[in-house]
Amino acid sequence: MIQFDQVSKRYEGGHEALTDVSFHIPRGEMRFLTGHSGAGKSTLLKLIMVMERASTGQVIVGGRNLSKLPVRHIPEVRREVGVVFQNHQLLFDRSVYDNVALPLIIAGYGHRDVGRRVRAALDKVGLLDKERKNPITLSGGEQQRVGIARAVVNKPALLLADEPTGNLDPQLSAEIMHLFEQFKQVGVTVLIASHDLALIARMPYRLLTLRNGRLITAGGADNGPE
Amino acid sequence: MAQNKLNKRRLGQLQTPAARKDVKGARRHKTGLRDRLASYRSHHRQVALDSLQRLLRRPAATSLTSLVIAIALALPTSLYIGLNNIQAVSSGWEGAARISLFLKANVSASQAESLRRSISARDGVQAAEYISPDAALVEFRASSGFGDVLDQLDSNPLPGLIVVTPREANISAAAVTELQQVLAKLPEVDLAKLDMEWLQRLNRITELGRRLTIALAGMLAVGVLLIIGNTIKLAIESRRSEILVVKLVGGTNAFVRRPFLYTGFWYGLSGGLAAWILVQGGLWWLRAPIAELSVSYQSDFHLLGLGVVDSVLLWLFSGSLGLLGAWLVVGRELRAIEPS
Repeated sequence: MIQFDQVSKRYEGGHEALTDVSFHIPRGEMRFLTGHSGAGKSTLLKLIMVMERASTGQVIVGGRNLSKLPVRHIPEVRREVGVVFQNHQLLFDRSVYDNVALPLIIAGYGHRDVGRRVRAALDKVGLLDKERKNPITLSGGEQQRVGIARAVVNKPALLLADEPTGNLDPQLSAEIMHLFEQFKQVGVTVLIASHDLALIARMPYRLLTLRNGRLITAGGADNGPE
Repeated sequence: MAQNKLNKRRLGQLQTPAARKDVKGARRHKTGLRDRLASYRSHHRQVALDSLQRLLRRPAATSLTSLVIAIALALPTSLYIGLNNIQAVSSGWEGAARISLFLKANVSASQAESLRRSISARDGVQAAEYISPDAALVEFRASSGFGDVLDQLDSNPLPGLIVVTPREANISAAAVTELQQVLAKLPEVDLAKLDMEWLQRLNRITELGRRLTIALAGMLAVGVLLIIGNTIKLAIESRRSEILVVKLVGGTNAFVRRPFLYTGFWYGLSGGLAAWILVQGGLWWLRAPIAELSVSYQSDFHLLGLGVVDSVLLWLFSGSLGLLGAWLVVGRELRAIEPS
């Protein structure tokens, strides 16, 4: 599903965020991406979402070579990837329902379809009763779950999450992680960037560990049910 | 190294036709073409309505922008109406064209009378009237107030005159000018003067006015484009976070552009409507004094306003101007807003 092939990313100004990174995440598997802050986790996720392009090497997602992807095809890729952002990226000028519905409206779903899918996604994250509320009135954990509902509402084959438990207490963090596991169980490929090592250690999935832009483990901590 | 080799092998697998089919499979839940078309239309309706509501929610700022656009549009529109009216008035005057034939001093009254008869028998001539030097002198003395001066002259300085009225059907400027040239070549005629010359001069001035109006309209249209462009730029800036999120979840540029194009269109249209109200108000204000003026000239002239066609054209033009103004900035501004 995700294939990195000797990928390097050098930013303007000479800073090299990723150096010669290669790994492969097969369809339907779950991985954690760890590393100290500034190790290149965010850059790696940005390459998958085509917010950045690799300086060298190839990034292939869902059979598409993103290094050669024309700009006009970027939206298509982003529609097929659900993303949970660290800072939620919710819009506070509209309801929870409208936030979650946004990817469906962009993709051109009919009115009835949108309603059905949005409610299914909100039900999944346990926020069905909050659909009319403005997300600004919700707690941090609830906002994060709205973000997750928006990421999965379009039933993407790939789900990315950037520090999804960043500001949450351990109990809430565990709940969020459990949610991601459920998506993995229905065949979604999941990649979660996190530095919450205590939480990750309790979960049976492989790690991709970055240090100074280099991948030092890809397949370590191999105690996961593959 | 082993890892890399493995990756390469898997890369190969990923790109087999089977794998590609699998990729398509993930998208199978997309809806049919008809549904998508219906959804596209309903999205357009929604965006059009939403951008209008956004403008109405800030009535003060919106009406200020509309008023600026309205003034810029009302100015050339008023000039256009003015020119139309001048043309309407002067086309009524073309019927009053006369050719004055000043006869040579040695032409006697009887020669002049037979010339008058032959001219009035011509094609394209409705009537010809002979005014003898004596008759002309009497009239001049009566109307000019130079009677005393005339008394000191030894002889009558005025020539004989035949006033020719062209036939109505023959009244075009070219035909009258041609008639004038033919009559000027008659041996008895010293000078053939066309009273329409001032009218042609007026026509030339009107043409000049028309061109100036077009040039002014062009400049003001550019001004409107800039006003709308700048307003849209601010609107884009105020919705920056929304644009970023829409782009992050896969919104195309067309999708992001749409609400701003509608906003531009609404600004243009509202400016056009306000301009229409300004112009009609101005016409209403002028109507009474112009009616009085036209009565005093014994004319049945009525002020021409903006007809239905002109009004619709004004709105179409202003709407398109708004759309164009938005379109000119939206592409550039939105390209600059990229998630990072």
